Amino acid sequence: MANIEQIAKGAIEPGCAKVDPILVASGVTRQFGGLKAVDVAHLEIPRGKITALIGPNGAGKTTLFNLLTGFDKPNTGTWNFAGKDLAGVAPHKVARMGMVRTFQLTKALSLLTVIDNMRLGAQDNPGEKFFAAFVRPLWANKEREITERADALLTRFKLDAKRDDYAAGLSGGQRKLLEMARALMSKPELVMLDEPMAGVNPALTQSLLEHIKGLKENGTTVLFVEHDMHMVRHISDWVVVMAEGKIVAEGPPADVMKNPAVIDAYLGAHANSDLGDVEIATKEGN
Amino acid sequence: MDFGQIFNLTAGELIGVFTAAYALCALGLAMHFGFTGLLNFGQAGFAALGAYGYAFAALKLGWNMWGSFGFGMVCAAVFALILGLPTLRLRADYLAIVTIAAAQALYFFFGTEKYAAFTGGSNGLSEFGGDFYGYNPFPVGRYDLGIITLSEKEIWIRVVSWGLVAFVAVLLVILTRSPWGRTLKGIREDEDAVRSLGKNVFVYKMQSLVLGGVIGSLGGMVFVLSSQTNQASTWVSNFTFMTWTVLLLGGAATILGPIVGSAVFFMFLMFTQAFLEGLVNIGALPFLSIAQVGQIRYLLVGLFLMLLVIFRPQGFFGNKKELQFNG
Amino acid sequence: MFLPKHTLGRGLAFVFATLAIAASALTISAPASAAGHPVAKSQSAPVVLAGDSSDPSTWEYSIGGALKLNGKPVKGVTIIATNGKFSAKSVSDVGGKWLIAVPEAAIYKVSIDKATLPSGMAVANPEMEADLTAFSFAPVLFKFAGQTVQTVSFGDQLVGRLFSGLNFGLLLAIASIGISLIFGTTGLSNFAHGEMVTLGALMMWLLHASMGWPVILAGLVAVLVTGAFGWVQDAALWRPLRKRRMGLNQMMIVSIGFSIVVRYVYLLLFDGDTKDIAGGGNIIKFGPVSTTDLTLWGMLISVVALGGVALFLTRTRIGKATRAVSDNAALASATGIDVERIIRIVWVTAAALTGLAGVLYGLELQANWLTGFDILLLLFASVTLGGLGTALGATVGALIIGMVVEVSSLFIPNELRYAAALVILIVILIWRPQGVLGKKQRLG
Repeated sequence: MANIEQIAKGAIEPGCAKVDPILVASGVTRQFGGLKAVDVAHLEIPRGKITALIGPNGAGKTTLFNLLTGFDKPNTGTWNFAGKDLAGVAPHKVARMGMVRTFQLTKALSLLTVIDNMRLGAQDNPGEKFFAAFVRPLWANKEREITERADALLTRFKLDAKRDDYAAGLSGGQRKLLEMARALMSKPELVMLDEPMAGVNPALTQSLLEHIKGLKENGTTVLFVEHDMHMVRHISDWVVVMAEGKIVAEGPPADVMKNPAVIDAYLGAHANSDLGDVEIATKEGN
Repeated sequence: MDFGQIFNLTAGELIGVFTAAYALCALGLAMHFGFTGLLNFGQAGFAALGAYGYAFAALKLGWNMWGSFGFGMVCAAVFALILGLPTLRLRADYLAIVTIAAAQALYFFFGTEKYAAFTGGSNGLSEFGGDFYGYNPFPVGRYDLGIITLSEKEIWIRVVSWGLVAFVAVLLVILTRSPWGRTLKGIREDEDAVRSLGKNVFVYKMQSLVLGGVIGSLGGMVFVLSSQTNQASTWVSNFTFMTWTVLLLGGAATILGPIVGSAVFFMFLMFTQAFLEGLVNIGALPFLSIAQVGQIRYLLVGLFLMLLVIFRPQGFFGNKKELQFNG
Repeated sequence: MFLPKHTLGRGLAFVFATLAIAASALTISAPASAAGHPVAKSQSAPVVLAGDSSDPSTWEYSIGGALKLNGKPVKGVTIIATNGKFSAKSVSDVGGKWLIAVPEAAIYKVSIDKATLPSGMAVANPEMEADLTAFSFAPVLFKFAGQTVQTVSFGDQLVGRLFSGLNFGLLLAIASIGISLIFGTTGLSNFAHGEMVTLGALMMWLLHASMGWPVILAGLVAVLVTGAFGWVQDAALWRPLRKRRMGLNQMMIVSIGFSIVVRYVYLLLFDGDTKDIAGGGNIIKFGPVSTTDLTLWGMLISVVALGGVALFLTRTRIGKATRAVSDNAALASATGIDVERIIRIVWVTAAALTGLAGVLYGLELQANWLTGFDILLLLFASVTLGGLGTALGATVGALIIGMVVEVSSLFIPNELRYAAALVILIVILIWRPQGVLGKKQRLG
């Protein structure tokens, strides 16, 4: 586990400042009708670490993801990524800046082959421009380079055997892997994974965890939403807890699990249960 | 009944100009729907703009063939931009409603007497193909092709229209196999996923809408150049629906599909017409008049479209996996 | 395999005539009919609606006339000629002139499409006969009654137009609520919806005008028949497709095919002529508004029907269940609502309402096999304008579309009225994509 002092600057409390933040959000709110789905006063995500975003269903985690990546527009708020203001920036531009996300319900492009899915993840392919598309020499080299990189990633994620299959033919877990691998094609600085473990066959869980740890070792920052406490406890350096749209707690995993505010948010009346059991309860709630 | 004649009539449709025109319009739709997932129900509007654009440039502006072709294509491209700007950011069915509404509005505008100075009103425009037929390399005469005999003009328009079909098909093969085409297919599958990968989905959809619309305008030009007459009543929503039938018949996410689909469609129309007329003439169908034969034909087209979508949505050539209708 | 030319004999000429697609106008008719209706090249360009598929420019017989009111030409009015198996139409030009070429010597019924008349005009003799058995040309003169446009102030014209728009909007509203209910509960954009309007109107013609049933009985039966058509459609077509989990876009295309099939069945059964059902009714005037007793009754019935739908949706258990299904079918199903039963009820209700719209449309205007298809886009425009899937939205949208259609003809040619409505639709969608009353979340 990472040293806490390396992450937080000053006291550890909801919305606390970080030594080296990569993503900083302030005053971000989003209302649906009368309901404030997201109401984040301040949040900083540490660079080069694995941060888990947890909270009960309906806490606004996915909505916050959507807001930060430009897929939804907040009512108020500012946020910046690596010092660049992101408010109002279109989702594709957010991705190009190096902040790539995945989705809770996997969006593998079913009727494209696995390798084409991967190639689509790469940036700056001149062949993706309309007029250049006609002239193969303009993009053949880049395409070859992209394909090599895609093949390497597929091998790393053990999807190489499925290379030429339609993504529709993959299992749920394989799709999660494909989506993660595809996101890496753009060499992002920050990867945002929305429930990477949801629906994944237990046999694949361990390798997924290893892949996420591998991302950190390669210098990529990871922010993920997850219900699986096992995963949260074992791989995250930092945990942020949301409830009813607000950040209610943050800190290193071991400390956060003991935080009464977290237990309260998660369990309500079942405050006596061990938090390890929450995994099952929330999965059923899905 | 003269089966030889029925056969010749039917086979003649294989190289018919209308077959080529519909193939072009359906290739445009394949771009829109098969490769990008855009629901364009206004292909008649794009074809009409091609037809009126050509005729207007040739007759009223006195432009030559090249200029007129260009003008028709530009009209269709501008139409695509105007429709796409507000709707391509919205859910797919908005494009469907806006395109069919816009195409129908165009049909009303082209048909009204109010702008007859530009459009010829309900009479339409005619005799605008002088320059086009001026390029005809075939000497005057009758040409016997075995099944049909054609005049030099009929040969020329067939050569040009099928040449265009071949050109567009090759163009689309190149494009759909490029990274650009891959991005479009990704958009067809899931826009948000492609957006999350850093692609400007709006720009791609717009490019597809414009390209498919311009291809449709070529179909419209070919359609009216064969007879050198262009009237608003051609460009009703039935034209669009027929184009959809042609597209789905062959397979929406294929390039050969729309071409073969068009040939099969027109051969089917001609065959049922000739065959039913034959039956009526020998008194085998006492409850039908000759006039009603044409109506039965269209009834069959509708039935065909339904059965096709229900039982074989991928068409003749489509890969069942590759084309599911989203939504 | 290919027969030598001489065996074709006379047929060869026919081969050339119908197949060779070239400069000769002769060849347009057959293939062009694939696109729409073949059109002859003549002064007023009549459109062949049904029947002979040979080239109209070769026909020797014609019917024509000039529409004039107080010496001024009336343009943009559609005239239809039919003799049962053949029918064609023509639109009067700037000089009020119209001409229809017909293929054979016969007696033709010639009628005016009242829907295309400028407002405030009535025809004394909407149906005439043209006898072409002795001559190759038969003149037909229609007599108009009504004020000339010049004598009416703009304000009065506007009031008259708004009144017509209200009437037309109410008609559109009951039909488009049907589309909206079906869309809301099943997600289907039903392109065959116009055919239910047509069925109501044609049944009215059959029962009332042709078989002489009393108007109320005929109307009731026409509505019931259309409701039954809705039930059969759902049971035999849409329900099985839902069970196959067919995609919505795919179902939409099936509905296009179904619309074509049903339309041509109508054409085969009822012919292509435009049928006058009630003769227009008695003219009633109040202030600047000139209307008929039929129209007033129609408006009253429309308002009652709309009120009934509103009560049904808000006050009855089934109505509330319908709204629940529209909102979230899975959730409704989980709370014990029988979704398929609700959808069945919606189909029958929607079809019956739409049939009522057809009955009223037929009574106040006229009916032919394309009546519903002609207003289908206006129905879609109404539903989209108001906000997809809400009944109130469809009503508001329909009233707006009805008003736009009628009022716009003060400023633009009559035949562009529908185009104006469609342009307004596009403009409003740009400005407010969720529709006038729609919720933003529906945009997805």
